[in-house]
Amino acid sequence: MPKDHGIGASPKRREDVRFLTGNGKYTDDINAPNQTYVYFVRSDVAHGTINKIDTSDAEKMPGVVRIFTGADFEGVGGVPCGWQVTDRFGEPMQEPAHPVLAQGKVRHVGDPIVAVVAETLEQARDAAEVLEVDITELPAVIDMKEALKEGAPKVHDDLTSNLCYDWGFVEENREAVDEAIKNAAHVTTLELRNNRLVANPMEPRVAIGEYDASNDEYTLYTTSQNPHVIRLLMGAFVLGIPEHKLRVVSPDVGGGFGTKIFHYAEEAFCTFAAKAINRPVKWTSSRSEAFMSDAHGRDHVTKIELALDKDNNFLAVRTDTYANMGAYLSTFAPSVPTWLHGTLMAGNYTTPLIYVNVKAVFTNTVPVDAYRGAGRPEASFQLERVIDKAARELGVDPIALRRQNFIKPDQFPYATPVAVEYDTGNYDATMDKIEEIADLAGFEARKAESAKNGKLRGLGIAHYIEACGIAPSNLVGQLGARAGLYESATVRVNATGSISVMTGSHSHGQGHETAFPQVIAEMIGIDESQIDIVHGDTAKIPMGMGTYGSRSLAVGGSAMVKAAEKVIAKAKKIAAHLLEAGEDDIELANGEFTVAGTDKSVAWGDVTLAAYVPHNYPLEDLEPGLEETAFYDPANFTYPSGAYACEVEVDPETGKVEVCSFAAADDFGNIINPMIVDGQVHGGIAQGIGQALLENCVYDSDGQLLSGSYMDYTMPRADDLPNYTVDHSCQTPCTHNPLGVKGCGEAGAIGSPPAVINAVVDALSDYGITHIDMPATPARVWEAIQAAK
Amino acid sequence: MELEGSRIIAADRQTVWEALNTVEVLQASIPGCKEMTGNAADGFEAVVTQKIGPVKATFKGAVTLTDIVEAESYRIVGEGKGGAAGFAKGGALVRLADAEGGTELIYTVEAKVGGKLAQLGSRVVSGVAKKLADQFFENFEMAVAPPEEEEEETADAEEKPKKGWFRKLTGKNT
Repeated sequence: MPKDHGIGASPKRREDVRFLTGNGKYTDDINAPNQTYVYFVRSDVAHGTINKIDTSDAEKMPGVVRIFTGADFEGVGGVPCGWQVTDRFGEPMQEPAHPVLAQGKVRHVGDPIVAVVAETLEQARDAAEVLEVDITELPAVIDMKEALKEGAPKVHDDLTSNLCYDWGFVEENREAVDEAIKNAAHVTTLELRNNRLVANPMEPRVAIGEYDASNDEYTLYTTSQNPHVIRLLMGAFVLGIPEHKLRVVSPDVGGGFGTKIFHYAEEAFCTFAAKAINRPVKWTSSRSEAFMSDAHGRDHVTKIELALDKDNNFLAVRTDTYANMGAYLSTFAPSVPTWLHGTLMAGNYTTPLIYVNVKAVFTNTVPVDAYRGAGRPEASFQLERVIDKAARELGVDPIALRRQNFIKPDQFPYATPVAVEYDTGNYDATMDKIEEIADLAGFEARKAESAKNGKLRGLGIAHYIEACGIAPSNLVGQLGARAGLYESATVRVNATGSISVMTGSHSHGQGHETAFPQVIAEMIGIDESQIDIVHGDTAKIPMGMGTYGSRSLAVGGSAMVKAAEKVIAKAKKIAAHLLEAGEDDIELANGEFTVAGTDKSVAWGDVTLAAYVPHNYPLEDLEPGLEETAFYDPANFTYPSGAYACEVEVDPETGKVEVCSFAAADDFGNIINPMIVDGQVHGGIAQGIGQALLENCVYDSDGQLLSGSYMDYTMPRADDLPNYTVDHSCQTPCTHNPLGVKGCGEAGAIGSPPAVINAVVDALSDYGITHIDMPATPARVWEAIQAAK
Repeated sequence: MELEGSRIIAADRQTVWEALNTVEVLQASIPGCKEMTGNAADGFEAVVTQKIGPVKATFKGAVTLTDIVEAESYRIVGEGKGGAAGFAKGGALVRLADAEGGTELIYTVEAKVGGKLAQLGSRVVSGVAKKLADQFFENFEMAVAPPEEEEEETADAEEKPKKGWFRKLTGKNT
């Protein structure tokens, strides 16, 4: 019988009541009295020198309040990067300046040049139309390998080249890996592209800057996944505002997927301009603007080699990756192809030797940063693809090949050759589960049935691992992070026993308002309705690091548990006083404190009342009140893993791929709310299928963004997706966080692209096709079939 | 985007050449051209309103003629800025050759769009360019081809251009 409350229950998401009834309060729903609107004039060339900006006619246009250019930001800090990668020669990465508004040059289509602030958005746009911006277009670099060639145009004149860094990991293994590959009985090589994606959250970005001159205080409302990070970066590095004078609020946020982690120029602009004109300044991104200003995702070009011995044991993995940084370094961009990618190249396998080389490259394109999975999908994709290719080349079953090389349950904790230690896992269990729930035994019959209808059916398996719960601060500090990655929570118990939890985690679709109270309800034994979650406002919550990397429950939830434990410990002291018993004899269950072995008890609400009305209270030993804060810094990453199975039908006449079925058997450790976990996996798989079959961000050779709207950038729609079979009954709880949870937000997007492409390649294997790049559109599949015929 | 084509214009080579160098003819021939000033030697300034895919914009820009070989060929190069809509730029090599029934006009067009036009309209640019080229030459033919004899002067004559109006303009009515 499933539980109806607490940990393991699936209450409906309480936040959905407001989301589904149009009562969510998003940033764009906020309007400040006397606010102005800003319209950004953005570069329409990928690379160019700004000769002249003439604002004189525009300034005379109706409603114009003020027009800002790069000149207004001289002496103001640039948009900072939050992670410094050290290259394989021990040198720091090349780090270009990133001005709020372009200064002297523009470096990608969409680079903001001029900001027109007016009484209405329409007036700002009209004034922008009469502005004169004279730009001499310069040759642009779009292709990464071209960008690294001698004599290529430089994105940043003051850098030595377009190479951000050349990273090797583990550098000491380099020669041993080369040697192993040279001497191996079999080497499988695969070259692939991990396609550039646009995150496309349903809600575009919005920012409102406010300035209170009488108190010299700033407020920024913004669509952020981590308001404290924005406060830190913008306050300290861009505008020089001390934190106590800067409040950042991220109210309801309509999806982030990583792209709302980062600090953007528009946020800094609105805050800066609010003071300059002493009026609130609002910016709402249009969808077109989002395509050319939200950080993009992925965009890796990779060659991977897998070496096996004569018995098909994995000996070594070597990968060479070119990672597109775009024109500037977005907040966490350098970490994505390195520490979030290289450290996962062991996958679920006992491969003893691994070497990962990554060249991060500047190009005249929108900056690229973390997108759902961030580095881990790129690792999983290449590994699971090359293993499939190896199985085909060796004529062995791809599942058997994986099983043979799996890390076994008795090998945990398992230290990989790429610097991480997996605490728990049972990969055979998830593989067993996928064989069962995806009915792999019945595949041949389904394939025969498809063939009768003229369709080619393919089966694809992938087994992913990811590192979540980002991250141990001392470790990431060594790796170049310029921030700590702990999380915080305050558990405030009110006098009558209800509870407000102020969490540093941020919910932008994850359902924290439902899942977090389940944990507190379980710990204390009160109803979830007595517990509320407060998040997204630096004025209300302790300094928190926000939500990304599937970290909220593992790190933020753990902080909340630690704070709740402190609350319970204090409440037990109060209860001991009230019950005239020893503190050690007090037990808490079902909202009642009892003295062990007796029938003496006092209710949760009586204890909390005593804390705030301390008439009968041990004041000499204990402070009144019941509110505790905890900061939790994880000891390790968490390592969710899982087996995914995808079946597709390919129409050989048209090249159209239909996903017939998709099954996921994930190990997320303990589960708080199974329904929310299902939803997270569903969403991740939808985005993974989107990447594998539909989505592609394309630039032409001049750097014009060709897929800049939904006419050309294909988002997955309901009829592109099957019903999913999702299972998370395989559970090896995390050993180092108090909830034993691992995180589930990104898994779907990590495990699904290789499963889909493995299925497509399987369907096309009779043609001798061994690889097809994402997205496997009908045109690409059809062309591959024609070329193979 | 590249585009090639040719047309037979029912007029002699000199007439076609002169028309290709006459601002009124070019203005009348360029689809959506609202204004055009200047001359062949110094270049032209033009204002053109066009719809490319979902983007409608007014482009202001300069057009210059280079590589001029009298009565034989020139290269026409231009760039138009459409404000928030982005820009369009390109060039065409235009060559003339004697042909049965008049003059053959051979063109090779190269065009690029940028900004919002590329973001939203790049998929349809080739189709639009083909259509615009066809319209240009229809208009051009209308201007320079000999007038049709049965055509009568009517009350609404001034409202639409008559075939062969360029000849009337230049006095060459043969």
